Amino acid sequence: MTATLSRREALVAGFGGVLLPATLSAQPAQKPAELKIGVTTFLSGPASVFGVPSRKACEMLVDQINAAGGIAGVPVRATFVDEAPGTDHLVGEMRRLVQSEGVNVLLQSISSGSCLACTPLSRELNKVMLLWDCGTQRIFEENRYEYAFRTQGYGTPEVLAPLLYLLKHKPDFRTVAVINQDYAWGRDSWELWKAGMDALKPGVRVVAEMFPRFGSTDFSTEITRLLALRPDVILSTSWGGELVTLIRQATERRLFERSTFVLPVAEASLPTLGRTMPEGHIIGTRGDHWNNHPAPANPELFRSFVNAYRQRNNEYPIYPCHHMAQAMWALKAGVEKAVAAKNGGWPSDAELAHAFRGLTFPTPTSTITLREDGQGLEDQIVGLSTFNADFGFSVPKDMMLYKGETVSAPVGQKSTDWLKTLKPDFVASAGRSI
Amino acid sequence: MAEWFQDNGLLLGLAVLDGLSSAGLIFLVAVGLNLVFGVLRIVNVAHGSLYAIGAYAAASIGIFLTGLGLPNWASIPTLVLSAALVGAILGPLIERFLLRRIYAQEEVVQLLVTFALFMILEDVQKLVWGVQPIHHDTPMTMLGTIDIPFGQDFIPFTNYQLFVLPGFAVVTLLGLAWFLRRTLTGRVIVAVTTDREAATAMGIDAAKVFLLTFTFGAMLAALGGALSSPTAALVPGIGAQTIVLSFAVVATAGLGQIEGAALTSLMMGMGRSVAVYFEPEFEVVVPYIIMVLVLLVRPQGLFGVTETRRV
Repeated sequence: MTATLSRREALVAGFGGVLLPATLSAQPAQKPAELKIGVTTFLSGPASVFGVPSRKACEMLVDQINAAGGIAGVPVRATFVDEAPGTDHLVGEMRRLVQSEGVNVLLQSISSGSCLACTPLSRELNKVMLLWDCGTQRIFEENRYEYAFRTQGYGTPEVLAPLLYLLKHKPDFRTVAVINQDYAWGRDSWELWKAGMDALKPGVRVVAEMFPRFGSTDFSTEITRLLALRPDVILSTSWGGELVTLIRQATERRLFERSTFVLPVAEASLPTLGRTMPEGHIIGTRGDHWNNHPAPANPELFRSFVNAYRQRNNEYPIYPCHHMAQAMWALKAGVEKAVAAKNGGWPSDAELAHAFRGLTFPTPTSTITLREDGQGLEDQIVGLSTFNADFGFSVPKDMMLYKGETVSAPVGQKSTDWLKTLKPDFVASAGRSI
Repeated sequence: MAEWFQDNGLLLGLAVLDGLSSAGLIFLVAVGLNLVFGVLRIVNVAHGSLYAIGAYAAASIGIFLTGLGLPNWASIPTLVLSAALVGAILGPLIERFLLRRIYAQEEVVQLLVTFALFMILEDVQKLVWGVQPIHHDTPMTMLGTIDIPFGQDFIPFTNYQLFVLPGFAVVTLLGLAWFLRRTLTGRVIVAVTTDREAATAMGIDAAKVFLLTFTFGAMLAALGGALSSPTAALVPGIGAQTIVLSFAVVATAGLGQIEGAALTSLMMGMGRSVAVYFEPEFEVVVPYIIMVLVLLVRPQGLFGVTETRRV
């Protein structure tokens, strides 16, 4: 027997397929017994240096939130998924989390590749998706998403702020070399830096562009080449074990004495490096959450988060922990806002997503606003490395703070296009000392 | 051409120095894999895990002993002893309880089993050592640096990189060649490699040879890891990076060929460092280009012998 479908039935089925999920998501929702969150992060592979601490931070915050009565009276339960097996696996896992596990909100991911692959699922699944750590500028510059929001900064401010700091503190440099990991972040961050540098200080000569294989454990040859070239400035947006190896090998061979390093993602590696990190080089933390922040907005909350994490894990929280915390605080603020808008009723997925747009939520150091395109505006603090005996590792001194809205591309503009419009006088007006 | 050398001769000299240490490390790992492959005929994916565990163990033991007041000079022998310890414990365990059960299985089964072991050991590393980078650089820092003249300038190299790594590789190469050709045990191993059936028929205990060879291969993998630990930060995944390049060396060198592995490691190490100076984008692919070119001309590998198929 062959089943046939009339044109009318096909149209009904088509409309049903497209409209039904959206209609269902707008239905009045019952207060759930648990607020289930699905969290994607690296639990294996090289990026687990970020993923495992972020999971620990998430588990701690879930415990704290539940001990205080949950979010809007609903306890939170987190399910974790490993990003390491790749994007195909992750897409499948996200669908499973929503369709089988009944997850209410998704928190994804560290890798830009993961975010690019999975963010479109927020449309398909009509679930709020909080991008808690990935940095690619392409997410909200190339697409519009109703259900996706990034609760932290992104590549553009994270690269521009160190560049502005360099131009302020060492304006006379004439040559630059780059040594980044060979993958999306390494390439994209260099493109952003180059666009900004060419606009803010035209005429700087790029003497070497090196992108060693992702996961390299030896940079001897690259270091020899840099020693021979003697660039004034060396940029590296590398992270994790590779950054630790690069810094140790370069220190041993006195490369730090010949060139000024700019390391926008250094913070997470500083505890591992201890005294090895040389003095006076430019370091960033992908945000404003340095452990020695001189003037956090809520010092008590900042200390309590850092101390609770240290007590629980016997280590200082690194930036992915802070980013995870930002996502959790955004989740709390967003749900409470949506519940308040319904006079205590539980919001549908669409109503919850509506609450996140334009949401300003407090962090211990400042506030973050999720602007109309979904992108979070997070302040950036950059400084010069200096060893601090209280911490047992390097922290920044001579810090400058760059407001998130100042160093992010405006809504509707692509970062590289916007960076090309910057003028040299932007350097003087962009940040302030703290 | 002469003009190019005049302009770039000094850079080429630096590239050769860098290539030597890189080649030394590649050789130490690949030669163990080649030995195991040659004798056991098993593609041991878990060789990368033995490299990683050797590195982690050497760093941990080094940190522990430094805390007890171990003098700096003892840090290099500690690397070797750590590697021997890892190989001596894990080698027999893996061979006796896992590999011995799959010698008669199809190659794909063997590959899957060693891959599964690799994944398990990867998790064991995370359980034991965590995910944050670990390093112990005393063996490198205590030896200091040497300034190599470069025109009017000079380039500091670490003595560890310039002398210790290539030195270990040369000693291993000569020691292995002597062991395999001049000792009875070595000749027995060569006999099993050349013709397992004939060797067994003549009374050689193949099971013992397999156990010995695998343990020795495991020690070499761990030695590669241990010697890399003073220069590299150890993180999850370092084993996977190493094993891929080692396979390329084994394929290019030819089955069970020690000198072939040395020459191939040298070609690949040099090729990569020359690429970093002149065409950095090619750094990653240079070893595989070398492999493809060699296999196109000599499918059995540089030093491999064409095997006759028995019917």
